[in-house]
Amino acid sequence: MAELHSPEEIRKHVRVYMMVFGSLAVLTIVTVSVGYLKLPIVPAMIVALFIACVKGGLVGSYFMHLITEKKLIFWLLIASAVFLFIMLTLFIWAHNSQEGGYLVS
Amino acid sequence: MDIPYTVEARPDTGVNNAKLGIWLFLASEIMLFGGLFSAYIFLRIGAPEWPGMMAGHMYGRASEVLSVPLATLNTFILIGSSVTIVMAWASLMMNRFDKYRLFMGATILLAFGFLIIKGIEYTSKFSHGLFPSESNFLGIYFVLTGLHAVHVIGGIIINSYFLGPGTKLWKTNPKYFTNRIEVAGLYWHFVDIVWIFLFPTIYLL
Repeated sequence: MAELHSPEEIRKHVRVYMMVFGSLAVLTIVTVSVGYLKLPIVPAMIVALFIACVKGGLVGSYFMHLITEKKLIFWLLIASAVFLFIMLTLFIWAHNSQEGGYLVS
Repeated sequence: MDIPYTVEARPDTGVNNAKLGIWLFLASEIMLFGGLFSAYIFLRIGAPEWPGMMAGHMYGRASEVLSVPLATLNTFILIGSSVTIVMAWASLMMNRFDKYRLFMGATILLAFGFLIIKGIEYTSKFSHGLFPSESNFLGIYFVLTGLHAVHVIGGIIINSYFLGPGTKLWKTNPKYFTNRIEVAGLYWHFVDIVWIFLFPTIYLL
């Protein structure tokens, strides 16, 4: 990123940063509001994690410049997600193999 | 000795070594926090009551034990610090070192603000006899938020270096310095993202 932008382009980026900040602030208020609705655990978790994913996506895409990043970085992140999934699968498998402990049937 | 590709991109990877290095580090961090999030999920799903019995009281919601207003304030602080650090980088890109100092200083102050609020939260828990050993909920709460706080302290150290003695590099090699701030910023944004997931998971569910 550092070698790619002129000062004029950076000024445009700054406007985008401010819009992202506003969006993150609004989404934080939405998150807290949903928390006070006291929804049952599964819908509450889905809504909370969905909003968190949107917020994380905004930070990653714009503040960390992932929208203009090279493919290698994306592959690195995909590899992390795959390994995370494998780890979680192993945990579920280990948990399910215990007597009486079923998470995924 | 000259370290190659600190600023310019390597022809084979398309990115400079500093950026590849920080992303590899962040990938390992995803696994670290991912493992702990998994632990949280298993503790949560396996518990008949959550947060459950603590210090002689039964709690049905995490928000009854933890302070949601303080955690919300901390969320705004960290989001704000993400903006200030990216503005610090943007200032360097526009050759405005004076503004860089302002924004980096603000980032550090906000990080201290986050830690002070976390300290208030911890003190309040301890004064009510709510220690990590009290329950699984408190155990995972202190581990996750404590590890995150350690990362915030790490960010303060890095950012303070780049606001203090590290600024010498700006005079000799401004491109290299700007690149370092971008890398420090990537780490700081990651710390912000972790909190974005910690906040609803631990405080609101």
